[in-house]
Amino acid sequence: MTMNLETAAHPETLRRVAIEPVSRVEGHGKVTLLLDDDDRIHQVRLHIVEFRGFEKFIQGRPYWEVPVMVQRLCGICPVSHHLAASKALDQIVGAKNLTPTAEKLRRLMHYGQILQSHALHFFHLSSPDLLFGFDSDVARRNIVGVAQAYPEVAKQGVLLRKYGQEVIRLTAGKRVHGTGSVPGGVNKNLSREERDLLLADIYQIIAWSREAVALARKLYEQSPALYDDFGRFDAHSLSLIRADGALDLYHGGLRARRKDGSTVFDHVNYDHYWEHIFEEVKPWSYMKFPYLRELGPEDGWYRVGPLTRVTQCDFIPTPFADHERRDFLAYGGGSAAGATLGTHWARMIEMLHSAEAIKELLHDDDLLGDDLVVTGERQERGVGMIEAPRGTLIHHYRVDDDDVVARCNLIVSTTHNNQAMNESIRAVARKYLDGRKLTEGLLNHIEVAIRAFDPCLSCATHALGKMPLIVELVDAEGRQVDSLSSGSL
Amino acid sequence: MNAPTEPTRKLRVATTSLAGCFGCHMSFLDIDERLFDLLPLIEFDRTPLTDIKHCGPCDIGIVEGGICNAENVHVLREFRANCKVLIAIGACAVTGGLPAQRNHLDLADCLQEVYVTEVSLSKGGIPNDPELPLPLDKVHPIHEVVKVDYFIPGCPPSADAIWKFLTDLIAGRTPKLGHGLISYD
Repeated sequence: MTMNLETAAHPETLRRVAIEPVSRVEGHGKVTLLLDDDDRIHQVRLHIVEFRGFEKFIQGRPYWEVPVMVQRLCGICPVSHHLAASKALDQIVGAKNLTPTAEKLRRLMHYGQILQSHALHFFHLSSPDLLFGFDSDVARRNIVGVAQAYPEVAKQGVLLRKYGQEVIRLTAGKRVHGTGSVPGGVNKNLSREERDLLLADIYQIIAWSREAVALARKLYEQSPALYDDFGRFDAHSLSLIRADGALDLYHGGLRARRKDGSTVFDHVNYDHYWEHIFEEVKPWSYMKFPYLRELGPEDGWYRVGPLTRVTQCDFIPTPFADHERRDFLAYGGGSAAGATLGTHWARMIEMLHSAEAIKELLHDDDLLGDDLVVTGERQERGVGMIEAPRGTLIHHYRVDDDDVVARCNLIVSTTHNNQAMNESIRAVARKYLDGRKLTEGLLNHIEVAIRAFDPCLSCATHALGKMPLIVELVDAEGRQVDSLSSGSL
Repeated sequence: MNAPTEPTRKLRVATTSLAGCFGCHMSFLDIDERLFDLLPLIEFDRTPLTDIKHCGPCDIGIVEGGICNAENVHVLREFRANCKVLIAIGACAVTGGLPAQRNHLDLADCLQEVYVTEVSLSKGGIPNDPELPLPLDKVHPIHEVVKVDYFIPGCPPSADAIWKFLTDLIAGRTPKLGHGLISYD
């Protein structure tokens, strides 16, 4: 077996096993394994298989449509795209400093988003693996099984997600694909009645979030050897960080660290992100492979998301979550802080932080203010960055004098984790699958590693692509509906 | 709206997202705790919430998203072959939706721009591995490929609309979405 597992020397001699589609994740992906006659594994790849083309068809649209259009990249984290695009367009309209009301409403919307997305991921998607076992009965390994076996856990998961969705509805107008944020600010404030509605439940939500952290921790502590080691790999790391070193999911400078914890760069203004981040294409996936330019294409790949954010911030600016952060870092002499499955624990700490941050905002009368939008000197170029539920999200636009978008580049959270996810499933393949007869339960181990990243494969499929073949599509009556484009460009 | 009473046999439901964003699935989950009222009445086949990889015989199939590649077509046909009632949910399944904005563009230009000439690329090249499904040159609504029994518009349809529709269907009524439940956003 080769140690790298990215590309087999002689694929034509090997047997192919596919996990298709990867399930209990958002979007479309598949994993292929190539094995020899002795079931030794020679190649493991996570492929992103769908293409949509947002970067291209956004060109030629008026810039004010962008925050509403691009959030259709993803129905799970639409707010992230809505806000990252808005932040980029703030620069375009010259809004250097938003009004307190606008900035706080956007933050409230974003924390609602983190809360609902993290709850969805932990309870609806991943908890069946963690509660029942990675190779448990496939008929039970889902949220319905959790609802039967652990009704209180399922109920809290559903209601935590509901609360986050309600925060979004009241700040953005509706739960999925709202319209609250606009270039230069927001288009509505929070009424007193809306604020009181959210205040009524927030203390329960914080209490349940604390229970969720405790549950994630308990699951880890029950099987420390498994959780420490499963799909583990060393990675450089990247996240936004507040000027004082605090965790800040809405805004900050870029912080990157090497595997050994040393600093690559810190508090870097993201307006020129391309001086630090480049991307490569590999022929077997439509998702690109970003890397830190300082470290080069071979070694420069990195990890983003909850595990990175919780471990490389200096503190979390809310008390319960910061307490949990310290426990997390101290656990096992730091073993959880580098573990793929430690990501679940870190994610729940972030959910708790979001609940606490929502509580603080709800006590701030700026949310009820009427000063919503600012503008300034029109700019040609804007970059917006945010820490989305899954990691650092980059939106970059150029808008010409005629107010239409001339160019757009998006680097979404899951794309940053492309190599990291591949490293993790290769580690799992080496340890658990190599040389064994593959069963459904063993194959699910691969998916358990992928799920730890909470990948949003829809977000990651915003580019277009095609294959060097021609195929005709015919309808039920045999009429040609479409033909697949040939590869001769 | 009350959930129908418990039937003698649970209805089997499959769902999938093709060229969609999963927002319609999120809107389905936005029925919130009503999910627990629904679970005694239905069981899930293939959905993004289960690990069933292929759709088996089902009573209700719910499809989000249009079709943008060959894999979408295979999955859609598998759903049609196995589901007694097939529902197109949301703007993308019904009309192609926002992804169909690419229909006026030339695919070759897009590929060139995204994978070769994009300035943040150090090493470009158009992905061409046989594992990647063939994209269609246009995004299509699903009724252009299979017969569809019901269409629920909206981006996404509201949780209340989905709840009303499903509870009508499960109770054996012809689903009707009244005032306030149909949106075309």
